Amino acid sequence: MSLSKPAAFDEMRAEDGVRRAYAEIERWLRATPREMLDRKRHEAELLFRRIGITFAVYGEGGDPERLIPFDIIPRIIPRSEWERLSGGLRQRVRALNAFLADVYGGQKILRAGKIPRALVLENDGYRKEMAGILPPGGVYTHISGIDMVRTGPDQFYVLEDNCRTPSGVSYMLENREAMLRLFPRLCARHRIAPVSRYPEELLETLKAVAPARAGADPTVVLLTPGPYNSAYYEHCFLADEMGVEVVEGADLCVQDQVVYMRTTAGPKRVDVIYRRIDDEFLDPEAFRPDSLVGVPGLMAAYRAGNVALANAPGGGIADDKAIYPYVPEMVRFYLGEEPLLANVPTWLCERADDRKYVLENLDKLVVKLAKGSGGYGMLIGPHASRAQREEFHARILARPADYIAQPTLALSTVPTVVEQGIAPRHVDLRPFVLSGREIRIVPGGLTRVALKDGSLVVNSSQGGGTKDTWVLEDEGPDSGPDQSQSQSQSASLGC
Amino acid sequence: MLSRTADSLFWLARYTERAGNVARGLAVASRMAAISARLGDEVAEWRDLLTASGGDAGFYRKYEAPTAESVVHWLVFDPDNSSGILSCFEAARRNARAVRTALTVDMWEALNDSWNHLRNLSPDATEGENLADFLGWVRERVTLFNGAAHDTMLRNEPWRFVHLGTMLERADNTARLLDVKHQLFAPGEEGAVDYVQWQAVLRSVSALRSYQWIYRDRLSARRIAELMILRPELPRSLAACHAEVSDTLEAIAVEQGGRTGECHRIAGLLKAQLRYGRIEDIFAEGLHEYLTGMITRTAELGAAIDAFYIRH
Repeated sequence: MSLSKPAAFDEMRAEDGVRRAYAEIERWLRATPREMLDRKRHEAELLFRRIGITFAVYGEGGDPERLIPFDIIPRIIPRSEWERLSGGLRQRVRALNAFLADVYGGQKILRAGKIPRALVLENDGYRKEMAGILPPGGVYTHISGIDMVRTGPDQFYVLEDNCRTPSGVSYMLENREAMLRLFPRLCARHRIAPVSRYPEELLETLKAVAPARAGADPTVVLLTPGPYNSAYYEHCFLADEMGVEVVEGADLCVQDQVVYMRTTAGPKRVDVIYRRIDDEFLDPEAFRPDSLVGVPGLMAAYRAGNVALANAPGGGIADDKAIYPYVPEMVRFYLGEEPLLANVPTWLCERADDRKYVLENLDKLVVKLAKGSGGYGMLIGPHASRAQREEFHARILARPADYIAQPTLALSTVPTVVEQGIAPRHVDLRPFVLSGREIRIVPGGLTRVALKDGSLVVNSSQGGGTKDTWVLEDEGPDSGPDQSQSQSQSASLGC
Repeated sequence: MLSRTADSLFWLARYTERAGNVARGLAVASRMAAISARLGDEVAEWRDLLTASGGDAGFYRKYEAPTAESVVHWLVFDPDNSSGILSCFEAARRNARAVRTALTVDMWEALNDSWNHLRNLSPDATEGENLADFLGWVRERVTLFNGAAHDTMLRNEPWRFVHLGTMLERADNTARLLDVKHQLFAPGEEGAVDYVQWQAVLRSVSALRSYQWIYRDRLSARRIAELMILRPELPRSLAACHAEVSDTLEAIAVEQGGRTGECHRIAGLLKAQLRYGRIEDIFAEGLHEYLTGMITRTAELGAAIDAFYIRH
């Protein structure tokens, strides 16, 4: 991989013209006046505001309930590309689950010397409380968000794994709803793989890992930290779509190692908890004693096998940025296969050779906190000032284990509506992988887009937006079907 | 249903109803003040309204005296007044947000749109001629929410807790409104001012026309009190509201296989007393004493519901 900054690969426009999957979109963009796009953008915003699809940002001043900007131009992945990706995702998540079962069990991979012992056992993400606990089916990361980036027609990389409480799937679902409402004719001219089964598949995944005694119809709940959490909308949305209760810590209690929820008709036994609370806050008796959002005694009930937690505690060791470079090795070690998805080359600043290289090449690299997320505390070398680079230089020397570095990738771009018109903007992709009795992936995922010109930071907390992600059933447009439908709709849509 | 969900549904309905009731009270007071200004006792209207809203102690800690401006500000905008219109909508929406999944889309949108409008409300929205429009808008939004709940909710527990909240709050409000004006109902000469005040009291519960339909006669203190306390036909009467409260609690008990407690007993007793009570007896006891007793028992009922279903 080159470390200089090449021109980014545009997913719509190749050197020799418009790529096939985007042909219809390109025609549509040419035929649609700017005013119409602006009007649809405005409609989309009203729609999202009205439904209340917001994420909460507290403590920064301004409106605490913000909209993530939605871009109306979809991001397209042809089925053939998707098949390759999804095969790689399945493989990767199988390996991550095997790794978790191993590090909390026999620790074969450590004994084989494939990963440094200390890197795992002394990692903050490693939860000693989980040692010896084997969750049902050996599944730890039931819901995984694998962040992918692309740099060329066939160059996909995993940027990071999320094995704790990945969020964003509600945007994947609502973005599709918005597109279907705003552009029914455009959608009808494509054969888009549907995403709407996700909640059903999530519920099946959760039911599949219930304790055996729960029987055929286990009681599933979603545990949220509450309305002040940035993803609270998503918690409610998913629970509603699955038809399960959203509970807060105070709604649950544990008696004789059994978890109950408080209902108007008295206590009701709970079998599976889809928890969207971080490990540290789950149970003040096991983890942080000052947690106000957790459930005292929950871990004891979990250890007794009376309740399932999804994701299992301790998954943070698998998605740690310092462990990430070893994931391809996990694939080989546990599955005996060659990894189908590539990692981004990563330097661990705690290793002396790596650190030397990083410090000498700060102007070319992206430096990240090993424990960070959300795009905070990051240095993008080529875009940083001298002073910023010097600051990171000092920080890395002070706490080398806290930092990793990667080359500045020329993330692929997709046309996006911006103030000046339509312009290419960098994107990433977060597919959601469900692991229960089997692995399921809804085609596509959440495409995040960096709205600022040249920016590579797609995080919503840093001014990123989202796009609908279309996995197209076949390459190129299909002009055949839905003639009668488009006739009847043409009057009100005008697109 | 989760106890916390029941709690939020109950309170979001109570706060929404309260916002509507404050708007009703303000509309009547400003109308009365316009008339009383000529008759020389404008301040009394605003003072009475404060008393009815139950937050007068907080008001006097912040403001010198009840004037049109200070009372309107207190009852509409002031964040220190938990029963002000903005505070009520804020609290209703906060509760709604906490139980999004238990609400229908129509209910959520009714509340959320109201809130999005209110949070951007310009300070002159309640000035001069604008006040009546604003209060009308609040009542419309509350009616829309109640209609959305009534028309779209499944008739199971979530609906019943919403309905309980609306009805209990409404009973409380009617009792307070009447109590503030209880002196109007004392025996004695009926003057022109009393008559206008009686009209205002009826108007505040949307019952001026209803009175005519039921009694087909000139206004009298005794009949107005009877209408607002005992007549089951008037949807904001104490009798109508407490019948709904009791019936709703009974329905919940049936659905839970007969689980009942103190709240069912209090609600049933109140319903029966209002069903079979006589206005003569109420006046013999003293209207003020009777209404104060009702306000207290309504609060006890609220606490008993909380103890039985929520914080058990």
